[in-house]
Amino acid sequence: MRRILLPAVTMSLLAGCQPSAPPPPSSADVAFQKKLQEQLIDAKPGDVIEIPAGTYRFDRSLSLRTSGVTIRGAGMDKTILSFKGQVSGAEGLLVNASDFTLEHLAIEDSKGDGLKINEGENITIRGVRVEWTGGPKTTNGAYGIYPVKTRNVLIEDSVAIGASDAGIYVGQSQNIVLRRSRAERNVAGIEIENSTNADVYENIATGNTGGILVFNMPNLSQAGHSTRVFKNRVFGNNTGNFAAKGAAVASVPAGSGVVINSNDRVEIFDNDIADNQTANIIISSYFSTNYMNKSGVEKTFDPYPEDIYIYGNRFKGGGDSPDGMDLKALKVAMYGLNGRFPDILWDGFLNKDRKVDGKPAGPGICIDNGDVKVLNADGPHDYGNPAEVGAEFRCDLAKLAPVELARP
Amino acid sequence: MHAWTLRCALLLVLALLAACGGAPTPVQFHASGNPEKLSDWHLLRIADGRLSLNAGVVPYDLNTPLFSDYAHKLRTVWMPAGSAAKFDAERTFDFPVGTIISKTFYYPRAATGGDVVLADDLSAPPVPAGGMPLAGVRLVETRLLVRREEGWLALPYVWNAEQTDAVLSRAGDEFPLELQREDGRREGFTYVVPNANQCAGCHATDNRARRIEPIGPKARHLNRAYDYGNGAENQLEHLQRVGYLRDLPALAQVARNTDWRDAKQPLEQRARAYLDINCGHCHNPSGPANTSGLMLDSATRDTLRLGLCKPPVAAGQGTGDHIFDIVPGKPAESILAYRMASTDPGAMMPELGRGTRHDAGVALIEAWIASLPGQCDLL
Repeated sequence: MRRILLPAVTMSLLAGCQPSAPPPPSSADVAFQKKLQEQLIDAKPGDVIEIPAGTYRFDRSLSLRTSGVTIRGAGMDKTILSFKGQVSGAEGLLVNASDFTLEHLAIEDSKGDGLKINEGENITIRGVRVEWTGGPKTTNGAYGIYPVKTRNVLIEDSVAIGASDAGIYVGQSQNIVLRRSRAERNVAGIEIENSTNADVYENIATGNTGGILVFNMPNLSQAGHSTRVFKNRVFGNNTGNFAAKGAAVASVPAGSGVVINSNDRVEIFDNDIADNQTANIIISSYFSTNYMNKSGVEKTFDPYPEDIYIYGNRFKGGGDSPDGMDLKALKVAMYGLNGRFPDILWDGFLNKDRKVDGKPAGPGICIDNGDVKVLNADGPHDYGNPAEVGAEFRCDLAKLAPVELARP
Repeated sequence: MHAWTLRCALLLVLALLAACGGAPTPVQFHASGNPEKLSDWHLLRIADGRLSLNAGVVPYDLNTPLFSDYAHKLRTVWMPAGSAAKFDAERTFDFPVGTIISKTFYYPRAATGGDVVLADDLSAPPVPAGGMPLAGVRLVETRLLVRREEGWLALPYVWNAEQTDAVLSRAGDEFPLELQREDGRREGFTYVVPNANQCAGCHATDNRARRIEPIGPKARHLNRAYDYGNGAENQLEHLQRVGYLRDLPALAQVARNTDWRDAKQPLEQRARAYLDINCGHCHNPSGPANTSGLMLDSATRDTLRLGLCKPPVAAGQGTGDHIFDIVPGKPAESILAYRMASTDPGAMMPELGRGTRHDAGVALIEAWIASLPGQCDLL
């Protein structure tokens, strides 16, 4: 294993607090950008590239394509890669490699996604902060930490702030552990989409539009299923939705705690979910994204959330000020001006032809959470006949196995 | 004589011979390392105000090229004597070890000089026998793709201010230029040379295999005429005739992309040719953009994969607040047209390789979308 210690360069002072265009990179920044990119080009499997404490300014994306490389900073508040004023390339750091570790540094203010790993296995992201430092804005990059088409992914002790789609987002991947991380002031804090076998635990999601999302989108390489969301704190996710219209995440109402959309075999248990003003948990289908159309969704897509198992969570507050006219009107009609939605909101779309073991079956939503109530918003009839769900959701499902990452 | 001195003497003799117009150094394939200067390869020769091609360096052009901020491109291919590429009907030809493909980006200078260059959609004229005149030309960069034993390697070279040689810039480069458009409008932009890893962003058309390969030298892009100095000849037939290509079937059986500028050709073919060369290397089932579900290569037939009424996946602010990749009949509501027209790095498509808007290209795709039948019925 080779260690490459980059020479400490003059620390580049951040521009003053004006929102105007940042000053062009200094000659030290230009030299460092060139040096680091060459290090990434020349890296060999087993190399560790260390970046000392300091703020480094880049105006172009960084790119790594060699497997077996570790990039390590001195800490997420000490080693800062700033892409403010980025001129070229969408991402901050784009990786297409396996056996990749990124740890203990920050990526700030990229034009597009902060850290994207496209296609690779054995990916470790540890102690990494991706942040848009101007706070929530539609012009911020879409994803903060973004492994896609990856296998055996570990994201831990990391932070994502300000993403205009999802802060920590894992897409079209398999075998994922996402833990002990914090997502704040993103549209979606944490999102698992079209991925299989994910454990999302001991995270904090607060101040987002929606705290933790488990979604399936059509027309992609795989359908997702088998996600466990547990021991997380998901509270106060009431920031107005600042996603660009068109993204599916733009359909998430502010005040959503945990949201399931079109995904199957999702377990939500042992979480503390509180003060999410639309609902603490939302179970929904693709029909509620307002995207379902005749020709733009592949015929094999399953838009219904099924085998959803919710148990042993602790709820508090929330549901008192839903987002959007439809939901506001619904709440007032059913619970009065000062009332609140139940902890779980279901859009009511279900597959009437669903069969389990050859026999007709209900939607497969099982809730074992004391006296927690579920509201069926009656989406199929434009919220015409909402009603609280009774005992039909009191059932149990086989529990999912813990995710085991194949790691040495 | 000391061996070192003997070698120096020999080199001196060769240099003198070259200077006197004697046999120039042949093309030099470097099987390893990162040669610092483009001249180390001996592909191109700068002399007497002209850029000429060394023996065995064959120029070529594409039916519809990639847009790179209106840069003209001089493309060449060279192979070791006795070796040839194997024809493929759909994919990049299988080139032998030792192949060197080069692409020199250049601009005609504006009359005012300085960093002002002309923006137009004209083809690079064929290289005349005496070489391309360099007066009024700004050479910007030459990208090499060299086929080594272990695979292709991408090497970006940036031309010096004296325009005598180009220097290896593996970490890429950037500098300000000013475009003067055909209507006289001027526009400053940053010309960006991608770094050596970013080459793969487009050239790793199989993103999982992580192998890079050339994109242009495919049957459908090369199947056209070029004047090599004796009148026009089909490029594929020429490559076969000079021994650089084998197994070429009858031309009538070979695919051919339309010239995107040819108003006499069907709009659909022009637009698909444009999308194929500008987008298809990423937006194909195994390319880096297969995560999007949007496929824009020439092989794609399914209208959903082409983006009709298809919701975006990870476009972020690239949606421009639109909800479908393509809304038939409505380019102003289509994400595809929006991203092509954008110059914001967080929204634009392609993601890398341009900094300016291709006015005529955007107009072509908008016209094509406007011509598409059907509608997106929301359920």
